[in-house]
Amino acid sequence: MRIEILGSGCANCKLLAERTAEAARELGLEANISKVTDYQDIVSRGVMSTPGLVVDGVVKSQGQVPSVVAIQRMLGCSRAEQG
Amino acid sequence: MKVPLQDPLSPPVPTRVKVSDFWSHGGWLLLTLPLWFLIYHYLKPFGNWLAFSLLRFAKGSHLGEAVAFFAFDAPKVLMLLLLVVLGVTFTQTYVSPERTRDLLANRAGAWGHLLASLLGIFTPFCSCSAVPLFIGFVSVGVPLGVTFSFLVAASMVNEVALFMLLGVFGWKIALLYASTGVGMAFAAGWVLGKLRMEKHLEPWVMQIDFQASTLEQGQKTLSERLDLSLDGVRDIVGKVWPYLLMGIAVGAFIHGYVPEALLARFMGKSSWWSVPVAVLIGVPLYSNAAGVLPIVQALIGKGAALGTVLAFMMAVIGLSLPETIILRKVLKPRLIAVFVGVVALGILLTGYLFNLIL
Repeated sequence: MRIEILGSGCANCKLLAERTAEAARELGLEANISKVTDYQDIVSRGVMSTPGLVVDGVVKSQGQVPSVVAIQRMLGCSRAEQG
Repeated sequence: MKVPLQDPLSPPVPTRVKVSDFWSHGGWLLLTLPLWFLIYHYLKPFGNWLAFSLLRFAKGSHLGEAVAFFAFDAPKVLMLLLLVVLGVTFTQTYVSPERTRDLLANRAGAWGHLLASLLGIFTPFCSCSAVPLFIGFVSVGVPLGVTFSFLVAASMVNEVALFMLLGVFGWKIALLYASTGVGMAFAAGWVLGKLRMEKHLEPWVMQIDFQASTLEQGQKTLSERLDLSLDGVRDIVGKVWPYLLMGIAVGAFIHGYVPEALLARFMGKSSWWSVPVAVLIGVPLYSNAAGVLPIVQALIGKGAALGTVLAFMMAVIGLSLPETIILRKVLKPRLIAVFVGVVALGILLTGYLFNLIL
């Protein structure tokens, strides 16, 4: 599972990265988490409010830091869609 | 597409549970409201009792007055902050930058500027998203001037500060604070729009192919909104309490030790230069609304002019160096200078206006 955190690296983005790592760990998912900090790159994904969470190329959340449980739901959803 | 907020891993919740769901998700907060008002009402007598009866400081002594101020003000501002942040974060679950953007797309003219200025106050966004936000706005056809109205309003009027002012100083001052900010944002955006500043954007901004993400945040239920607001309160209060205590300590020091004549001379109405000096001192300082307010309160108590102090507060909260540096990525230096100049001018005008009419 490929997870990307979009954001310039401010406190909110770091928090989102931490929570996402925790969520993936609790679900026992093998996740590859990377950060996207370049503004052109962020905007080209259609996200204009950071921090953003992208799972396997699909934007799951933007402009907020969801709770660990909510992130688990987002990761779970993506797993279910893959079937 | 499936509703993203639905959890596929857990069984569907029967609708009958919804009412108890509401109470367990923050509905209980409604019950604490009367208690809140009761405690709030008795804070001042409590502060005085603590300082002068329990700790036996002489009334009128420097240390005694400082302690009384701290004991009264710390819980007061904290309680006010809790209530205000809860209200604001709850309201903000109904507003998102994406919704604001779509509301403003292709809306030129006075109505567009006014709407942008009002939405600028209430739309939640992290200051480090200023750049993507800017691009997102411009690329779906929000006019540049309207985008500026939005950004100027967002940096001049802080929604938490607005309601804290309401709580501490009353509705007249809060209304004046909001309306000067909105007026300034309206005018600044309008002028910038007329100046045709598009050529001062960095070239890559206009070339970028922005396809707004189709993420459906889904219709939130009331319990989810309450959960989000409580999260927000935890987040914000967790972040600001050091600033708050520091602000209250400074405020207590001013209240107890700074002689009234000195402040009245430097920050009073009579000295015309006090407003610009207050702004210059305020810009490099960074704090947030909650931290500045106790200082503001103590300064005013000591005879400082309201306009001067408010200008100081707006400079501390609104004009921040980091945000300006971030915006530099999309705006050429000249446009940045115009933006900072406009906000600074707006703050100066607000300061003078308040000094003049209050």
